[in-house]
Amino acid sequence: MVSQQAKVLIVAAALLAFAYIVPHSGSFVILLATRAMAFAILAMSVDLLLGYTGLSSMGQAAYFGVGAYLTAILATKMHFGLGWDFWLVVVLGILIGAALAAFFGLFAIRASGVYFLMITLALGQCVWGLAYRWNSLTGGDNGINISARPNFGIDLSNEVTFFYLAFAFFAVSMALMYLLVRSPFGRSLAGIRERELRMQILGYNTWLHKYIIFIVAGGFGGLAGVLWAHTNGHVSPETLVLTTSVDALLMVVLGGAGTLVGAVIGAGIVFGLREYLSTLVPWWQYALGGVYVLTILYLPSGLMGIPARIRQRLATPGKNDVSTELKTKQLASEPS
Amino acid sequence: MNTQFWVIQAFNGISYGALLFLVGSGLSLIFGVMRIVNLSHGAYFLWGGYIALSVIAATGSWALSLPVAALAVAAIGIAMERLFLRSEGFAILRNVVIALSVGILVALAVSARWNDFIGAGWTRFGLVTAGAAVVAYLLLSRISLVPIENDVLRQVLLTVGFAFLFQQAALDIWGGNNMDITPAAELSTSVVVGGIYFPLYRVFMIAMALTIGIALWLVMEKTRMGAAVRATVDDAQMARGVGIDTNRISMLIFALGAFLAALGGVIGGAFLGIYPGLDFEMLPLAFAVVIIGGMGSLGGAAIGALVVGLADNFGKALFPEVSYFTLYAPMVLILAVKPTGLFGRE
Repeated sequence: MVSQQAKVLIVAAALLAFAYIVPHSGSFVILLATRAMAFAILAMSVDLLLGYTGLSSMGQAAYFGVGAYLTAILATKMHFGLGWDFWLVVVLGILIGAALAAFFGLFAIRASGVYFLMITLALGQCVWGLAYRWNSLTGGDNGINISARPNFGIDLSNEVTFFYLAFAFFAVSMALMYLLVRSPFGRSLAGIRERELRMQILGYNTWLHKYIIFIVAGGFGGLAGVLWAHTNGHVSPETLVLTTSVDALLMVVLGGAGTLVGAVIGAGIVFGLREYLSTLVPWWQYALGGVYVLTILYLPSGLMGIPARIRQRLATPGKNDVSTELKTKQLASEPS
Repeated sequence: MNTQFWVIQAFNGISYGALLFLVGSGLSLIFGVMRIVNLSHGAYFLWGGYIALSVIAATGSWALSLPVAALAVAAIGIAMERLFLRSEGFAILRNVVIALSVGILVALAVSARWNDFIGAGWTRFGLVTAGAAVVAYLLLSRISLVPIENDVLRQVLLTVGFAFLFQQAALDIWGGNNMDITPAAELSTSVVVGGIYFPLYRVFMIAMALTIGIALWLVMEKTRMGAAVRATVDDAQMARGVGIDTNRISMLIFALGAFLAALGGVIGGAFLGIYPGLDFEMLPLAFAVVIIGGMGSLGGAAIGALVVGLADNFGKALFPEVSYFTLYAPMVLILAVKPTGLFGRE
């Protein structure tokens, strides 16, 4: 086993290596990495809900979308956010994501299990429907093109500069989320994930805990959206369709729910399949679908769970899987 | 905005609701019986339409395409349910299917990367496929499957994965063009009632949904089989306890759901068109039907379909800018106030 400090050091070193290697690669790689980091922030925010609190939200693209649309609408209609006020847009993007989550959370947090899934799906579709149909504001199906990137002394239209900015946001988000999940608040979230009733009996206001983390995740989603709008240069209803939300969920499960690093790795893989493999081969969706199916059937604990599975397998030859353990876990989480 | 407007919009809404009933009722029953949220339901709809197009191209008969497409998709549904949606049984067959698919993917990747290696012949392609498949099979048979029953999120992601696979396969087989199903000529006329023209095809849609709805209701309420299904919806464990073969019922219901969705695809293809992406457009609508009506309830699906059909039509006609919002916002409210839907039982 590796100690927690060592793990943090490994991740920090990997991030630094990433920040060093990518700008020295081709411009396409830089662009892909920048976009992937926006998705990594979204995936980590989903992980806060799914991995740390046990809430599987199917509408997380909504917060991503409002952040992106806010950026695009301010930039094109009011020429706001293209200079120093870009930082204001970042704050506004986080706030609008959080505010939307605060509103949606009032409806969603009451529900649990499959109903939570359905209600977040419906909420996400509400936002998608507005983006798709509200032509005068969102440009409807065509979306909005952002012609220029912010320039505040530092010119963000340079891909490498923008990469560093996105990297800074990504690294800070990751650090903040790490601190959050290691805090006492994050620990009580894990308690809610494992057994909500027991936490209630212990006197925790579980509704409020879930509500707060829902808002936090919405805020990070909004931030990811702001970055996405500028790195993509185009915002359309495609940004917040159902599949984006589902992709974000897969990123988390593929990497390993309950590990922020896993969410990042998952984001890299799924985003790479969608954006990179699709430029190489016409049949890329088979690979994407295959990753979905194989992950779910054979890798429920994700890539980050592989070492544990191998260890377990070596420890108890013959009993070769975590399935029994998962089964008991499931039984334990059923309300009796 | 005279009476004529309201009558025509209401008629269009009801006929659209009839189509949604076909898609939604199957989804609702599948959830009720198996507790599976099936996100490949939209793909069944799309495949129904595409298979019907092929049947029409081959035989020229629209009437024949209805049962053929629906039965073919029902068979696909059964295969998917038996192999992937339950963990017991068929382990070897499942591993073989997955290993073969992985093998083909690897061979495709190799041929995309090193074009000269595979060349024009199929022999090397086959060899690479076989080699990769054997390796994949040996690997897969050492990893045991983690059951996905009782885990909603994993069921959702698994069925989404299949939806993507179906989408790509449809694209490869039928291409990416927008296609239209032309129904029988007798149905392309209109009937005139009180000076208003009603397209006969939409009347046919309503009649079809009514017939199927009544037939389903009769089977559910009056037969022993239907009673077993209802018992499974209410409490699957108890149903198993009294000797009902819930396993067989799951399979039948899944096949029925796929059958109805594909039927909807053939019927709806005549006025929606059949095109890539239609699957993920229908899917949220089907969910709206299921949620509003209540999961697992046939009558609920009928009411839900009617509500969604009318809300969609009047929303688009009266407030186009917020039309989808007027559709999904009620879904949110119903879920927040009464999560089991208007007619759901829990």
